[in-house]
Amino acid sequence: MSVTGLTYHVYDVEHMTPAEIYGHVLAQLGQERAEIVALTADLAKSTKIGKFGEKFPERFFNVGVAEQNLFGVAAGLALAGFIPFVSTFAVFAALRAGEQVRTDICYQKLNVKIIATHSGISFGPAGTTHHCTEDLAVMRSFANMTVLAPADGYETANAVRACLDYPGPVYIRIGRGFEQTVYEGEDYDFAIGKAVTMHEGSDITVIACGPCVLYAVEAAKALQESKGIAVRVLNMHTIKPLDKAAILAAVHDTRKIITAENHNVIGGLGSAVAEVIAEGGKSCRLKRLGLPDTFAIVGITEDLYNIYKLDRDGITEAILEMLGQEVEPDDDWEDEI
Amino acid sequence: MALADKEIAALTEKAWEIRHLIVQTIVWAGGGHVGGALSQVEILIVLYYHYLNIDPRRPDWEDRDRVILSKGHGGVGYAPILADRGYFPMELLKEFNHTGSPFGMHLDRLKVPGVDASTGSLGHGLPMAVGMALGAKLQQKPWHTYCIVGDGESHEGSIWEAAMCAAHYKLDNLTGFVDRNRLCIDGDTEEIMALEPLKGKWASFGWYVLEIDGHDFKELGEAIEEARRTAGRPTMIIANTVKGKGVNFMEGEAAWHYGGLDSDKEKQALQSINRIYGKS
Ligand SMILES: Cc1ncc(C[n+]2csc(CCOP(=O)(O)OP(=O)(O)O)c2C)c(N)n1
Repeated sequence: MSVTGLTYHVYDVEHMTPAEIYGHVLAQLGQERAEIVALTADLAKSTKIGKFGEKFPERFFNVGVAEQNLFGVAAGLALAGFIPFVSTFAVFAALRAGEQVRTDICYQKLNVKIIATHSGISFGPAGTTHHCTEDLAVMRSFANMTVLAPADGYETANAVRACLDYPGPVYIRIGRGFEQTVYEGEDYDFAIGKAVTMHEGSDITVIACGPCVLYAVEAAKALQESKGIAVRVLNMHTIKPLDKAAILAAVHDTRKIITAENHNVIGGLGSAVAEVIAEGGKSCRLKRLGLPDTFAIVGITEDLYNIYKLDRDGITEAILEMLGQEVEPDDDWEDEI
Repeated sequence: MALADKEIAALTEKAWEIRHLIVQTIVWAGGGHVGGALSQVEILIVLYYHYLNIDPRRPDWEDRDRVILSKGHGGVGYAPILADRGYFPMELLKEFNHTGSPFGMHLDRLKVPGVDASTGSLGHGLPMAVGMALGAKLQQKPWHTYCIVGDGESHEGSIWEAAMCAAHYKLDNLTGFVDRNRLCIDGDTEEIMALEPLKGKWASFGWYVLEIDGHDFKELGEAIEEARRTAGRPTMIIANTVKGKGVNFMEGEAAWHYGGLDSDKEKQALQSINRIYGKS
């Protein structure tokens, strides 16, 4: 991977969490680009943005436990010509400081990059105050905002590098840091706004983001082997701008789509995909996997993925169920309307 | 009436017991916010075992005093006290943080009897306490609202919005504590984002301010009684505490904001607690 002439390697990704990788990549980028500054609100260690702070203390600002101020200060630094990277937990970035992000950063089209950790249900035992199953909905409704949800640590590294020169505000949502990897390295075709096909298939499509990508790939591989079912898996790491062409191709080729995300089914990836399908005008079955408009219970994150049917078993079950369902031709509906 | 020596001795014995129970709960939970759970112990004990007008058999009794742990991550230190006071069976603490348990790191009012407000996102508790105190005034109810705020939490703007509001409405039925252990997650509050002069800040916001040793029951008792006597404004008790109090390897260590205990560490922690209480 090369950024402005320098070759970087993120070593030992297998043993580093996405957040740690993020911290390292940002510290590397900081070496290259003097206009990068980094900010947090008493979560330097937890979000790993502190890695940048250790290397460049004069370009690092910890504003204390004060998220609204955090994003306001970041906006000010952007207005002064810097590229601020800001990290806190997703719930505090998207919800506590939501208006600062919208009005100070998005409205003014400022070059602020938000790397939000502990998103979704990744901080399971902490409970609802620290879960964040609303951020995709909120962030994608902010005009000018770009929204990413990388699948693993490798993709986080790619996303963080790519956002640097991507104009305007970017929101990158990652987990608490215990997620497994789905990629084997950073060397694959990563571009903001372009879905990655993780598994080929023409029977049905699973469109996933974040940790659900791995679970979808596992489900697809197992179904291919055991039942010869061909599941297409798309890693929709960019929620906005959405790769409409990839979705419409899936509609065309498979007519059956399942979305999977660690987010409320309202407003996130599933809703974004539903909008594209509906506006596409072609009939297609859709099932959205996610939190069923409920606050998640307290629990170990892996258990929560199982309970809310977002893990391999849950996705497999949804695939088998949908494969048993017909895609009704339009003229069959008349008596139901 | 100031606390009698005998009462102080009983509260001290209780603090020893509760510190043990907190360490145990951290083990059952597989880790937790142990530092702040241990610094707030005496504040909660003096309230729950002496000053609060409550009935644990009726957690929703209308005229009960209200308590809001605004530093909601202290839940792992709060639940043991609620269990010991009889709000729910002690056994349940063993499920702390487990999948499907009523107890997560931050206590949920709808699942844990005795909790008056769900907290965990910092800077939310004090505004809710202001609302409760206003509600009591509106209904001419005699109950009192107590709110425990973290010092790191006091970086939040909403704390100061609530501070202004409480003084504006002359809420003398509201008493706050700052658990002034001088640490937030990333380090010393004065290095991360200076709070001092903290006493002056609260005073200039119109509160009556007392500063005490937050581990000293006598001083805590006197401060609460003075707060209850103070008319026309809310009182903030700045309780100087030690993060991780009672466990030698945790005291004053930012790294013990959150942590887990293996069986060796658990044993060391319990021994350390025993030592300061003169138990063998
Ligand atoms: C709004 C918000 N931002 C960040 C956090 C994460 N967080 C949990 S505890 C903590 C530090 C709190 O420090 P303090 O209030 O001093 O608590 P104590 O030292 O008593 O544990 C932070 C930043 C949070 N819970 N809520």
